[in-house]
Amino acid sequence: MRLIKAILLRLVTTAVTLFGVALIVFFVIRVVPGNPIAMMLPPGATDADVARLTALYGLDKSIPTQFLIWSTGVLRGDFGVSITNRQPVLALVLDHLPATLELSALALFIAVFLGGTAALIGTRLRGTRVEAAIDVGNGMALSVPDFLWGLVLILLFGVLMPLFQISGRITPSLTLPFSTNFYLVESVVRLRFDLTRDLLSHMIMPAMGLAIPLAAIISQLLKQSLKEVMHLDYVALARTKGYGETHVILREALPNAVLPTLTLVGVQFTFLIGGTVIIERLFSFEGLGNMAIDAVINRDLPLIQGIVILFAVIFTAVNLLVDLCYAAFNPRLRHG
Amino acid sequence: MSFLSIRNLSVQLKGGQRLLRSVSLDVQPGEVRGLVGESGAGKSMIGKAILGTLPQAVEVVSGEIWLDGVDLLTLPPRPRRRRIGALAALIPQDPLTALNPSRRVGPQITGRLIDILGWKRPEAEARARELLAEVQIDVVERVLRCYPHELSGGMRQRILIASAFAAEPKLIIADEPTTALDVTVQKQILRLIAGMQAHHNTALLFVTHDLGVVSKVCQTLTVLYGGLVVEEATVRGFFNAPQHAYSRALLAATPKYTDPDASLLPVPDAVVQALEAQVAAADRAWHG
Repeated sequence: MRLIKAILLRLVTTAVTLFGVALIVFFVIRVVPGNPIAMMLPPGATDADVARLTALYGLDKSIPTQFLIWSTGVLRGDFGVSITNRQPVLALVLDHLPATLELSALALFIAVFLGGTAALIGTRLRGTRVEAAIDVGNGMALSVPDFLWGLVLILLFGVLMPLFQISGRITPSLTLPFSTNFYLVESVVRLRFDLTRDLLSHMIMPAMGLAIPLAAIISQLLKQSLKEVMHLDYVALARTKGYGETHVILREALPNAVLPTLTLVGVQFTFLIGGTVIIERLFSFEGLGNMAIDAVINRDLPLIQGIVILFAVIFTAVNLLVDLCYAAFNPRLRHG
Repeated sequence: MSFLSIRNLSVQLKGGQRLLRSVSLDVQPGEVRGLVGESGAGKSMIGKAILGTLPQAVEVVSGEIWLDGVDLLTLPPRPRRRRIGALAALIPQDPLTALNPSRRVGPQITGRLIDILGWKRPEAEARARELLAEVQIDVVERVLRCYPHELSGGMRQRILIASAFAAEPKLIIADEPTTALDVTVQKQILRLIAGMQAHHNTALLFVTHDLGVVSKVCQTLTVLYGGLVVEEATVRGFFNAPQHAYSRALLAATPKYTDPDASLLPVPDAVVQALEAQVAAADRAWHG
């Protein structure tokens, strides 16, 4: 009963959040300067042409009326038609979403792996030079934003030492057997590891750029929590039982130290998804972020709205997932 | 030979103050020895030194800790840990923080048996059941599957006692095991520890600041002040005729249930000054 109530409450707050986001985006992009119709028409177009096209897209009506029309459409699953591409917004967005999701997931995986390993090593060798080196590395990784890491990586592994691809999602000359846009997942499922390799070679640089700052945050916070937990009585008790330091860290301390990090990873992961917008541009990666920039440049109002709503849905979904993980890791929350 | 024999053990904060000043102490097989002193006297530090859980900022400067004929301080870390894990166990002070909150109770009792001593899982689980019954927990199956937060403080201390006796250790160090408990539960837990000790014939080093507890549970006791051994005596001898002025002052400072209106006597200044002089002399001898 309690669970059902909690889920319902969650759904209601999510709906309110999404409505707020929709409202703000809708009004803001209509208030900022720039006219999508003017960008579509050739220089010689007359005022009458402009007026006709404006009416066609409904942009002559008042903003609240426009919002009403658009939002009733959205409730029926109709997000309108992109002004520049003349395709339904929903289809466009869903086409580009898998690329961004795969990139973010890979970045998150790399960040957790690198950050977690650094935290564990730093805790195991606390007080030594290794820990000091990890702290210095964290500081460096944190003081440079993701897109600059992207540029650094392009320079290092794309230009000076060309180990990886730095443009696009996959080599264009390859023929693709895929039926969905989750290329990476599908290549593994279809056992086409040659394609997996090519995809990863394209994805690893942008994913690293996104992952490095997050890895540093994870490493810093997790190491901090681990060191705090290492002073607690049950850890000391485990030591008296004959367990070694590594076992004590992994079995006794880690499950209890991971909670604050988990919350932070949830919050930071949403920032990471936000970071894909610029990173995808930098690496010409055909995802949602890249499309978002094009949409903004072309003042493609329906497309911008669709993308922002989708981002908002992803953010709330990630937060929900974090809360569920929290309950899994902390038995004290399970019945609360 | 004594089961546990500490010889001239000195411990200090790294590059700083000394915490134990050439402490020597023996525990015979099956003996129950009280280790008493004010807070800061170093009584818990002795327990930590034996079990190898001294804080990182603390180091052993000199001395020997013989456990069953082997000097622990000469062993490399891994064999030392294993030896301690097999021969000794700890009953910790605060049952609320001494169980891992994210693990079920059962594995926390059987872990040492399976991981360190190489028991088979069913054997270890049977042993855990047997022990929980022995510490008078009647809903054994349910408790084994519980997380610590689902149990009361007294219940958790019973589990920790069961866990300490799990591997039939020859020495148990009880570090103020009743301090964090309700007065009503304290008595039951004390009786339980005493009963378990007698039944298993385990040597027990009972760290406490409560002389009343010592008189009930222990056979012998060691009085500490400032990391120095002030007096060693049998419990009977100590309570009848304490030798050291500090011991007499401690006894006088203990509230008596029979005379609740009697004023509590602080330790006289002269006694404290004499002790501080002794501590200073020990440090001069050390540096000298």
